[in-house]
Amino acid sequence: MKQEITFKINGEACRVEVDPTWTLLYLLREVLELTGTKEGCGYGECGACTVIVDGQAINSCLYPILEIEGRAVTTIEGLRKPDGELHPLQQAFVNKGAVQCGFCTSGMIMSAKALIDENEKPTEEAIKEGIAGNLCRCTGYVQIVDAIKTVAGRGRT
Amino acid sequence: MSDWTTVGKKIAKKDAPLKVTGGALYIQDLKIPGMLYGGILYSRYAHAKILKLDTARARRLPGVTAVITAADVPNNFRFGFMKDNPPLKADRVRSTRDEIAAVAATTPEIAAAALELIEVEYEELPGIFDPLEAMQEGAPLVHEEMKSNILKIPWKLVCGDVETAKKESAYVVSDTFTTPWVTHCCLGTSGCIAVFDANTNLTMYSNTQIPSLAQNDYLDALSAFGLKNSRVRIIQCAIGGGFGSKLDTYAYEYIAILLARKTRKPVKFIFSREEEFFATSPRQCSITTISQGCDREGHLTFREMEMILDNGAYTSWGATTPSVMMMPISSLYKVPNVRYVAHCVYTNNTYCQAMRGYGNPQATFAIESSLDQLAEKAGLDPYELRLRNANEPGELTPQKFRVTSCGLKECMAEVEQRLGWKEKQGKGNGRGVGMASLIHVGGGARVYKSDGCGTIIKMDDRGRVDVMTGATEMGQGSETVIAQIVAETLGVNIDEINIINNDTDVCPWDVGAHASRSTFVAGNSALGAALKIRKQVLEAAALNMGEDQAALDIKDGVVFSTQDKEKSMTLSKVLRKAHYTPGGSMFTADYFYDPPNENFDREFKGNLSVAYAYGVHGAEVEVDRETGQIRILKYIAAHDVGRAINPLLLEGQIYGGGLMGIGYALGEKLIYEKGHLKNGNFLDYKLPTAKDVPPVEAVIVETDEQAGPFGAKGIGEPGLVPTAPAIANAIYDAVGVRIRDLPITPEKVLRALKEKAPADAGRSGI
Repeated sequence: MKQEITFKINGEACRVEVDPTWTLLYLLREVLELTGTKEGCGYGECGACTVIVDGQAINSCLYPILEIEGRAVTTIEGLRKPDGELHPLQQAFVNKGAVQCGFCTSGMIMSAKALIDENEKPTEEAIKEGIAGNLCRCTGYVQIVDAIKTVAGRGRT
Repeated sequence: MSDWTTVGKKIAKKDAPLKVTGGALYIQDLKIPGMLYGGILYSRYAHAKILKLDTARARRLPGVTAVITAADVPNNFRFGFMKDNPPLKADRVRSTRDEIAAVAATTPEIAAAALELIEVEYEELPGIFDPLEAMQEGAPLVHEEMKSNILKIPWKLVCGDVETAKKESAYVVSDTFTTPWVTHCCLGTSGCIAVFDANTNLTMYSNTQIPSLAQNDYLDALSAFGLKNSRVRIIQCAIGGGFGSKLDTYAYEYIAILLARKTRKPVKFIFSREEEFFATSPRQCSITTISQGCDREGHLTFREMEMILDNGAYTSWGATTPSVMMMPISSLYKVPNVRYVAHCVYTNNTYCQAMRGYGNPQATFAIESSLDQLAEKAGLDPYELRLRNANEPGELTPQKFRVTSCGLKECMAEVEQRLGWKEKQGKGNGRGVGMASLIHVGGGARVYKSDGCGTIIKMDDRGRVDVMTGATEMGQGSETVIAQIVAETLGVNIDEINIINNDTDVCPWDVGAHASRSTFVAGNSALGAALKIRKQVLEAAALNMGEDQAALDIKDGVVFSTQDKEKSMTLSKVLRKAHYTPGGSMFTADYFYDPPNENFDREFKGNLSVAYAYGVHGAEVEVDRETGQIRILKYIAAHDVGRAINPLLLEGQIYGGGLMGIGYALGEKLIYEKGHLKNGNFLDYKLPTAKDVPPVEAVIVETDEQAGPFGAKGIGEPGLVPTAPAIANAIYDAVGVRIRDLPITPEKVLRALKEKAPADAGRSGI
């Protein structure tokens, strides 16, 4: 039985009919066609599907769809400024070589954003802790941590 | 060199802006109108007869468009290196990843439900899961028609006289080392979409690392399926990680083709993470016995190795990893007498494939661990022993490798200094240092009859450049490196370079993204094409400007006279003049670069690569004697790269390879019990996270390889080759236990420490 829900996606109001068994990831990728959010495992262990719900980084592959009623969801597609300029974290990931195959990148950036929004100047340990739920097989994380460091301390992103 | 504007610079990856905005399209993201979703039913048993297979109920499920079994595979088609693998298995299954039936349905959920409705009756057979048992006389045969479980690939390398050298050696050590199955763990799982057009031409949306070879595989399959005149086009999506996993073609791809043919609709397969773990092919596990010796002065006298590799139930290109293992065995350090034998053995386990390093990590773990044992026996500092035997430029190795550039000693010195070796080595106080070296192909690798790559370049009215390359971008950065080489050669900004690298209808032929060859081979190919088109541009500009061609140069998209800088003409003007003149011309160039390296001869000797990459890794570790926990305090990875075209991306390869190597050393292992995978998920298979990254330094040593594009050699694989032995050696230095079986877990260290405790004077290990 489909049910109507209302929430905010990347700053815009959205009303959509959903099947209560869907995950947030399913809604994002298959219905709203926001395919920047990736599925790496489907059981909350790789972090590729990380999005921000009301300021919290969550695994959208496990997030029950009805829970987003009235909440604000931010995905990788919502980070760019309206004029197209990259978000400082996106730019830092580009500049520092933090991207290789790119499959983990969306989730990694969303975890980093939630971290920095919460803690303006995280230590290196806090950065590593903040992205410990996001697996990356290509980079060895070094340049990812570097990229996040360059943005940390610049104020709310 | 110093006036290069693009090469040698830390330039951001060209595809990074697309990837940080979520805009890159992976196979997961792609939909074709009318597309169906495929699913595969795998065997419940590692070895069984199929007594009955009933798909009737699955066929009747609404939304199911087709169900196929082995009966739907024409002409007994088989694929793989030994053509021993049918895409769907009839009568008998030989491993738990054996494909029995497949469905195509309108949604992935219906496809999954249909698989549940397929009824299979098995008669379980005793399996063989230990390669040593499988090698014994009278062992049950995995493939009866092969008459033996030992693959008929006689891997044997003999150089010099090992027996005499052994007798004459002052010191000899012998030991056995073992390594486990580990898997690529690409974050993007496997998948493809097969589409036939009305003329039965196939388009395959693919993740492959080998577009030209995969095209050939599919053409063979179509031919077997009765479609001799069909064409095949491969379009590569953004690839969510490769590491060798996409260096062959797999059953699911042929199944997708069969289902698309049957349904006349596009059919998509995407592996679940669970499938990715059990139904893709891991790195071979290995059992290695090694003896090596040296004279009184510490000069290596011989090296003798035998390896047994669990091939699994079918054979992929991975069965040729012994050819790469031979490289460090014969040519890491100067060792005049070498003997090596390897057996790949069929079992009812998962079948193995290529993974970054291609056999080199297994071989180097044994060689470099054993070398530390030899140093101890000879009473030498392990660093001194290595230095005394280090490879040098101009050397001809016993396997007939011609060493050109070689920075092994420089890499060693970097590691020695940065670790503080002199102060820290040999203390045995719970902290220790260790090092290990590597050799790898760095100038292509002549595995096939060709090691070539093509490039086509064209220029538009505005002086912009389209580069069509055979090279595959899978995250490693070949796209950016090729763009830098072309930009530097043509004197244009890198933003003017557009790389087209994902469509076999447009891109020229290439052997594939393997053997760390893209920068060297595709780079040289791009350089050749860029030089050709540069010549065309300068000829036209000379004519227009009334200048001598030899006096012209190009910078920032402007052709100018080096004699009189006032005389100049923009590239776009040169191009427009060419296009808009009656009887005009266009500028295009193509170049095929096939490096002058050699296939092995019948004795497995020959100059496999035009240049060799060297490196040394060093680790300082702290071992907790109470818990066996290992902490890496410092990690140095020094690599001779010839010349760094892009230090930013190069460091990324070193960091990424290094952590993959640390995973191999300390944590990763696929646990199979009687052919069944027990830890096929990210909870139980311990992939390193950001918290597992030790303080690491990537050190780039430049040796300017004359045959390389702008002096460069390959770097894709070397980053993980010497990691495990460097750490194992450091652990031995710290607490005196030698761990011979990867991964080095706290349990193994603790057990070895306990065994050592009663007679603490001696050294022990596992």
